Amino acid sequence: MADLTRDDVAHLAGLARIDLSEAELDRMVGELGVILESVATVQQAPTDGVEPMSHPMPLVNVTRPDVVRPSLSPDAALAGAPDAEQQRFSVPRILDEE
Amino acid sequence: MTTDLTRATAAELADLLTAGSVSSREVTRALLDRTAAVDGAVHSYLHVDEEGALAAADAVDRRRAAGEGLHALAGVPIAVKDVMATQGLPTTCGSRILEGWVPPYDATLVARLREAGMPILGKTNMDEFAMGSSTEHSAYGPSRNPWDLDRIPGGSGGGSSSVVASFQAPLAIGTDTGGSIRQPAAVTGTVGTKPTYGGVSRYGLVALASSLDQAGPCTRTVLDAALLHEVIGGHDPMDSTSIDAPVPPVVEAARRADVSGMRIGIVKELTGEGFQPGVQARFDEAVQHLVDAGAEVVEVSCPSFSYALAAYYLILPSEASSNLAKFDAMRYGLRVSPDGVDAPSAEQVMAATRDAGFGDEVKRRIILGTYALSSGYYDAYYGSAQKVRRLIADDFTRAFGSADVLVTPTAPTTAFRLGDKLDDPMAMYLNDIATIPANLAGIPGLSLPSGLADEDGLPAGFQVLAPAMADDRLYSVGAALEARLTAAWGGPLLDRAPEMDEVTR
Repeated sequence: MADLTRDDVAHLAGLARIDLSEAELDRMVGELGVILESVATVQQAPTDGVEPMSHPMPLVNVTRPDVVRPSLSPDAALAGAPDAEQQRFSVPRILDEE
Repeated sequence: MTTDLTRATAAELADLLTAGSVSSREVTRALLDRTAAVDGAVHSYLHVDEEGALAAADAVDRRRAAGEGLHALAGVPIAVKDVMATQGLPTTCGSRILEGWVPPYDATLVARLREAGMPILGKTNMDEFAMGSSTEHSAYGPSRNPWDLDRIPGGSGGGSSSVVASFQAPLAIGTDTGGSIRQPAAVTGTVGTKPTYGGVSRYGLVALASSLDQAGPCTRTVLDAALLHEVIGGHDPMDSTSIDAPVPPVVEAARRADVSGMRIGIVKELTGEGFQPGVQARFDEAVQHLVDAGAEVVEVSCPSFSYALAAYYLILPSEASSNLAKFDAMRYGLRVSPDGVDAPSAEQVMAATRDAGFGDEVKRRIILGTYALSSGYYDAYYGSAQKVRRLIADDFTRAFGSADVLVTPTAPTTAFRLGDKLDDPMAMYLNDIATIPANLAGIPGLSLPSGLADEDGLPAGFQVLAPAMADDRLYSVGAALEARLTAAWGGPLLDRAPEMDEVTR
């Protein structure tokens, strides 16, 4: 349960797309272990039959009429892009080569 | 009325501006000069927009001269936390991953400030993506507490608390996910409000935990907080969680400052043990002031609060791990290629960028959230935390059955020294023990100064909590207490803060 291994943290970092260094992994195993042990106390709360609460108030779907309204220009939308080409975001290759 | 424009309250400045005794340019200039003199030492700002602020001031001065009807706070300058999108002004969230990013749009809240004619002085420092209680997790270095430059100004909004405490701005915007407006207010001797969840639009607020985040005012007086609350509050169709109802009568409540017959609930679980003696002593005195003003004290019990911190540190990382997935190096922000990889894939670039662009605390929380949401652990962690959240909301509902407001010390201690808790994440998290329950339940809270702790002569904070959409009660209690305390002290608490040595940048 609250006994995270170094391999677990490496796996989670991979899922979260964070390329942790070996030194970071070493440090984080210990820190996360302490935090997990503490937050695991939620399992001791008397929660039998309690309805989970995801949000402070009832959520209702919000819609608007399907009409065109002003929005960002392509230039504005691309202004912060690390790389852009032909009015598109230019990105590294997305497929493996093999 | 004070003549030093940097020490005047927003309400005083509004009167002076309306009367034509000063121009917005004069006020803005005075505050920018103050920043040039002291912010090298305090480091409240990540970015100062001298040109933009003066242009906005001139524009409002021209409109006033032309006899236009203006908003009450027109011409009163404000600082904005760097987590709010500001068109044309950098927005970094205290992170390297957004270094140099300039949003192409304004947050709704920012647009409302501009519409009201309030010059934006700059963007204030914060813990990276609002994760922290000290600003030490800012990628750009910590802000400092004007009461003692070796101490923290609170977090995550330590830039906004210190900017008002050091008289660089009468008003600032903060955001509060677990206490990031109220705890910084407490440790700097200032005022801060977290409005009811949904009371202020989150459109353009870079999300940390969407079900907890709420923006609000950071000020030096309760009335100023109410005035700013009224500007930024109210329904926004761009935020699906925005409450479609009028802003509660917060300014009227602050002006009336009436607590006669009000039932003040002391939360048994958030008093005494675990609170610094000087903080507790100022709290007890403040309660007595409220009794003297005609309020009635009741004790309430909120037994589930003992699980609040644990639930919060599961819910927040879970939501944050999802919200921060958008920092993928593709559309905006940093892009870093991994070392020694020819033609890296998008996935490899994303992982290298997030390693280089995120600080330790952000990485910790993303990984914790990823764990809490992963299959096989979801029910035990995130699921249990959501049930605890319900228990906490139920505790509040019961407590508000016998009390109109609840009161607690805002933070367990006064400002600690920079570096003291940096290597111990759990110790850092405990600062938010009294502020977190309000975010989990979505109710409003306000912190105001209760005095100086005997042990260290540093400010302590008094927190008022009210039911959802009863934000006006915060201001009734806050203003009544502030009036009595200010009279007892013979002036505002901040008058006792040390004069800042003028340090050039």
